Amino acid sequence: MKFAHDRRRLPMSLRGIAALFIAACVMASAAIAADPNAFNRLMPNQSKRNPPPAEDGIHDPVNDGTLMLQPPKEAFGVLPKSASGNYVDWVKALNSGKIAPRYDRLDPKVEPIVMDLDIVREVKGSMPDVVYPHKQHTEWLDCSNCHPAIFIPQKGANQISMAAILLGEKCGVCHGKVAFPVSQCIRCHSRPKTAPKAAEGGVQPAANAQSKSPKGVNAGK
Amino acid sequence: MLKLSPRELLVLISAFTLFPVSNVLPEYGDVVLNRRSEQAGVAPVVFPHWFHRIRFRCKVCHSELGFEMRAGANDVTMNEIVQGKFCGTCHNGEIAWSTENCGLCHSGLPGLKSRIHGGHETLGPGRW
Ligand code: HEC
Ligand code: HEC
Ligand code: HEC
Ligand code: HEC
Ligand code: HEC
Ligand code: HEC
Repeated sequence: MKFAHDRRRLPMSLRGIAALFIAACVMASAAIAADPNAFNRLMPNQSKRNPPPAEDGIHDPVNDGTLMLQPPKEAFGVLPKSASGNYVDWVKALNSGKIAPRYDRLDPKVEPIVMDLDIVREVKGSMPDVVYPHKQHTEWLDCSNCHPAIFIPQKGANQISMAAILLGEKCGVCHGKVAFPVSQCIRCHSRPKTAPKAAEGGVQPAANAQSKSPKGVNAGK
Repeated sequence: MLKLSPRELLVLISAFTLFPVSNVLPEYGDVVLNRRSEQAGVAPVVFPHWFHRIRFRCKVCHSELGFEMRAGANDVTMNEIVQGKFCGTCHNGEIAWSTENCGLCHSGLPGLKSRIHGGHETLGPGRW
């Protein structure tokens, strides 16, 4: 209260200067963003990633609570990086022990029930096949989060398409919302086709040897 | 806070509207809950997934505590939360700070709709 009172006594001109200064700063940064020949015209600027709550466009910057919240960058600095979403690789963060989220609300010692079962989904067309790993999912989730509401627990029993995923169905219930977004194609499309195009085209044998990876390789490794 | 005269305010507002600086996006996975808040005269709630998933697996909220995995699907009153339901199962002064700290949860800008922020579905096609 006393603090606010002191501020109000500042001479008029000082406040004017402050307002103009803020305006100038904003205009300067806007001018940089508006440069018609900026190197990256559409790709979001790295410095705009993980904004602090007061600047993220959904928190109210004049609410006192907002200023007490942790800026994501402070927490993410020590975590493995990824290319989009939170810009954090949550699988690596967990496996490397950088984070230790509780599996039980009260008891930090309860271990998750992890199931290591990969389901390979062959993809029509040129994209590599999709390997769905139960392991990485059951680290975080319960079977009932997916079965039976999102997926019937039977290999091949579910119709999945990229269109459905982009509409927020199937894998898209989580991917694109909380788990890594759809832009990271290769994390799902992780198994090269067993009969590679290269074989017909007569490209180096090395490419052939590489493609003979065993069925159901773990996508996370 | 800094008090501004109408003229100073005008300068600020015109600076912001003439040069929109808006390719900053909210943190991925932040959920706005506003089924009841604004109608009842308090700011919308912002729930940060990233902060909670550092501390808890998804299963704790979405299976153990039964939170629906659909933005806007959980209809809760503040009374239920104070009684220990929903956010109140943890924000009870034992696992996490209690519900007295209104402004930490009710921190959203006025007018926000209940939804999740950050993903392709919320941005429309073409952003990835
Ligand atoms: C993140 C979602 C998810 C979670 C969590 C999950 N599953 Fe699955 N499950 C799937 C998908 C996707 C398939 C493949 C379905 C298909 O191919 O149509 C599958 C397939 C299965 C199958 C069929 C395998 C086969 O060869 O036919 C079984 C059994 C199964 N899951 C059991 C479980 C159990 C037990 C758990 C918990 C420990 C669990 N799942 C957790 C998504 C999940
Ligand atoms: C119920 C939520 C949910 C659903 C549904 C879901 N996932 Fe995931 N998935 C996660 C979470 C959480 C992770 C952990 C990584 C993260 O959050 O970014 C994950 C991780 C993965 C990984 C591991 C990536 C790595 O680096 O090891 C793959 C691959 C994956 N998901 C593919 C799929 C596919 C394919 C489907 C649909 C068949 C699917 N997921 C459905 C929540 C889900
Ligand atoms: C969360 C996991 C996931 C991610 C990320 C992902 N896909 Fe897919 N994709 C799938 C699944 C599952 C299928 C269905 C496979 C099947 O037919 O069983 C699929 C199918 C496809 C198909 C075949 C056509 C169709 O719609 O079924 C294409 C092409 C494709 N994806 C392209 C992409 C591209 C390009 C990206 C990156 C921009 C991408 N995918 C990212 C999981 C994913
Ligand atoms: C742990 C987070 C949290 C805290 C702390 C919190 N709230 Fe809420 N509050 C919520 C959530 C979540 C809702 C439901 C949001 C919605 O759907 O609109 C809610 C809803 C409300 C509502 C509207 C629903 C109703 O019951 O009328 C009011 C009013 C409210 N809160 C007042 C308060 C006040 C006053 C405080 C401080 C004493 C407070 N809240 C602290 C999370 C919180
Ligand atoms: C501390 C509790 C908590 C944890 C932990 C948590 N969530 Fe949530 N989740 C919520 C709340 C609260 C909502 C919003 C529900 C509402 O709006 O009614 C939500 C909503 C969601 C939604 C719906 C989004 C939409 O657009 O409809 C998805 C998907 C989701 N969570 C996935 C996850 C995944 C995956 C994890 C683990 C990586 C996770 N959650 C961890 C509390 C939690
Ligand atoms: C499973 C337990 C759990 C649930 C359920 C839960 N929280 Fe939390 N929450 C925590 C913990 C633990 C903290 C960290 C407390 C601390 O810093 O002392 C926290 C912190 C927070 C923070 C502050 C983050 C920061 O930047 O410091 C907010 C905001 C928050 N929770 C909102 C919510 C809302 C809204 C809900 C309900 C939709 C909710 N929480 C449900 C456990 C939970």
